[in-house]
Amino acid sequence: MAANRFNGYTDLGIGIGLRIPHYRHIFAEKPVVDWFEIISENYMVDGGRPLQVLDQILERYKVVQHGVAMYFGSAQPLNRDHLRRLKLLARRTKTPWLSDHLCWGSVDGRYTHDLLPMPYTREAVATTAANIRQVQDFVEIPVVVENVSSYAEFHESEMTEWEFLNEVVEAADCGILLDVNNIYVSSQNHGFDPLEYVNSVPAERVAQIHIAGHSKFEKYILDTHDHPVLEPVWSLYARAIERCGPTATLLEWDDNIPTFEEVHAEAMKAAKFLNAHSSPSFAEAGTNELQEINR
Amino acid sequence: MSLLELQRRMSDSIMQPLTKDYRMRSRSVRGQPMSAVAADFIRPNSRLTSFERLEIYNQQYWYRIVSALSEDFPGLSRVLGEKKFDAMILAYLAENPSTTFTLRNLGSNLVAWLRKNPKWTGATPDLAIDVARLEWAYVEAFDNAEYPAITTEDLADIGDDTIFTLQPHVRLLDLDYPVDDLVLAVHRDQPVSDVVSNAVSGKQAPRSRKRFPGLQPSPIFLVVHRFDFSVYYKRVRSEAFQLLQAIEARKSLGEALEMAFAESLATPTEQANLIQNWFLNWSELGWFCKTELDKHSMDAHPHGEI
Repeated sequence: MAANRFNGYTDLGIGIGLRIPHYRHIFAEKPVVDWFEIISENYMVDGGRPLQVLDQILERYKVVQHGVAMYFGSAQPLNRDHLRRLKLLARRTKTPWLSDHLCWGSVDGRYTHDLLPMPYTREAVATTAANIRQVQDFVEIPVVVENVSSYAEFHESEMTEWEFLNEVVEAADCGILLDVNNIYVSSQNHGFDPLEYVNSVPAERVAQIHIAGHSKFEKYILDTHDHPVLEPVWSLYARAIERCGPTATLLEWDDNIPTFEEVHAEAMKAAKFLNAHSSPSFAEAGTNELQEINR
Repeated sequence: MSLLELQRRMSDSIMQPLTKDYRMRSRSVRGQPMSAVAADFIRPNSRLTSFERLEIYNQQYWYRIVSALSEDFPGLSRVLGEKKFDAMILAYLAENPSTTFTLRNLGSNLVAWLRKNPKWTGATPDLAIDVARLEWAYVEAFDNAEYPAITTEDLADIGDDTIFTLQPHVRLLDLDYPVDDLVLAVHRDQPVSDVVSNAVSGKQAPRSRKRFPGLQPSPIFLVVHRFDFSVYYKRVRSEAFQLLQAIEARKSLGEALEMAFAESLATPTEQANLIQNWFLNWSELGWFCKTELDKHSMDAHPHGEI
């Protein structure tokens, strides 16, 4: 697997999102799953069943935290209480890395609870990178940022989305959670070539990949996470793995959630792409990088 | 346009209430045409105008928060009826946008807001408020903190000047209506969901929400608490409730007992037996904790009014 400093030199394989409708099955059947991704905010509570469930999961499985409300792109200071709770949770889960989105979602103390798109400007690069560095310094765990799907573009933008992503991760020196479904959704909504996006991302910074399904409407595509992964997304995934090496991959299925077995089977379709690139050359590349760092 | 200015303009636009048929309004709250507001910062494409692109976010915002709040108050929806409930939560959310990173706190001001805005409480305002109080207490009892509890052995050391501390998940409710069983039944039918990543949601399909049968007022005293990770509603008698309220108000045990039994008809022997049984039972349920409540930061989880 593509272990690198942005995913804590782990090679986790194929994971699925931990969702409430599957709790019963997981605890009863104890299925073999490489790892679970949790939504951090669902467990940033003071007590009760969410933390009890999490502790039970942690006894048996590896867990990676994925956030939805840090809002790295916010023009205003980050929420300190959120950061404090995030760090507490990270100590509990021992997550090898923390991810959240390259977006904003709150202003003047009001939260939209949405992942709103960024204007691709120099000011936004500087602000976002500074916020990511602040989180990284505070939590002391590698932070990776995920590209979001979007439905709007701004007059203010001075560069493409992938140029923006690349500038932010360079300036923040952080990793990338590459969501190939989001790339596809945005490419259809904004009319760019999704392959150009995938080909432009710095492969050595990709810590994790997301795959998911989406829904097509008359004039746009919505990122609904309620379907199996569609063929164009698998194609992008194949290219991403070709460039990045076998990378920790997570299937998101968040609405109309089918049985655990169905979700797991869909996720495991990623195995053929990962296995095709589990060649010694990739393993060697990872080892070389590790040796370089250890010198 | 600075990043902050753009974010303010966009959030103002998407947090603006929708029309009755769930479309973006044609004019902003300041009276400007929304087509002009959107065109000012959002680029159109060959298929969608700036207005239409902004409208996607405006709709998603409302679908998301209405759905989250509705999940926390299914009983209130039954009391008010679907149409009135939907109108009420739109009015509430327009005045009470989320101010924390979690949707969990969205309903924290609902009871206080309903009291200030009785026109939204339907034909039986006290019943609606009782149900809302109980449903918010459930949210708090579900995931509020739990500290190491005092044990029945610890009770041997207590005296008149002992100050007990209630666990943060223990919530006390004096209700005009016996709504506990009905709310329990509604919650049992409620599907559970959690916050998910990135995905957008459509307008929720209308659920079958039958009205509550007519309930007659009949005051009850209820303790909403968590035991073994499940939330329970426990009815208690008036004296026990007053005792717990006094303990919650940080009165010493002596003062609390005096307040609880001030108007009680129980004989001193009966009182002694009641007190002994209550404390044994409550300590077995883990209602008292060793940690001082004021050391606990509840900043991110405002209790709201129950």
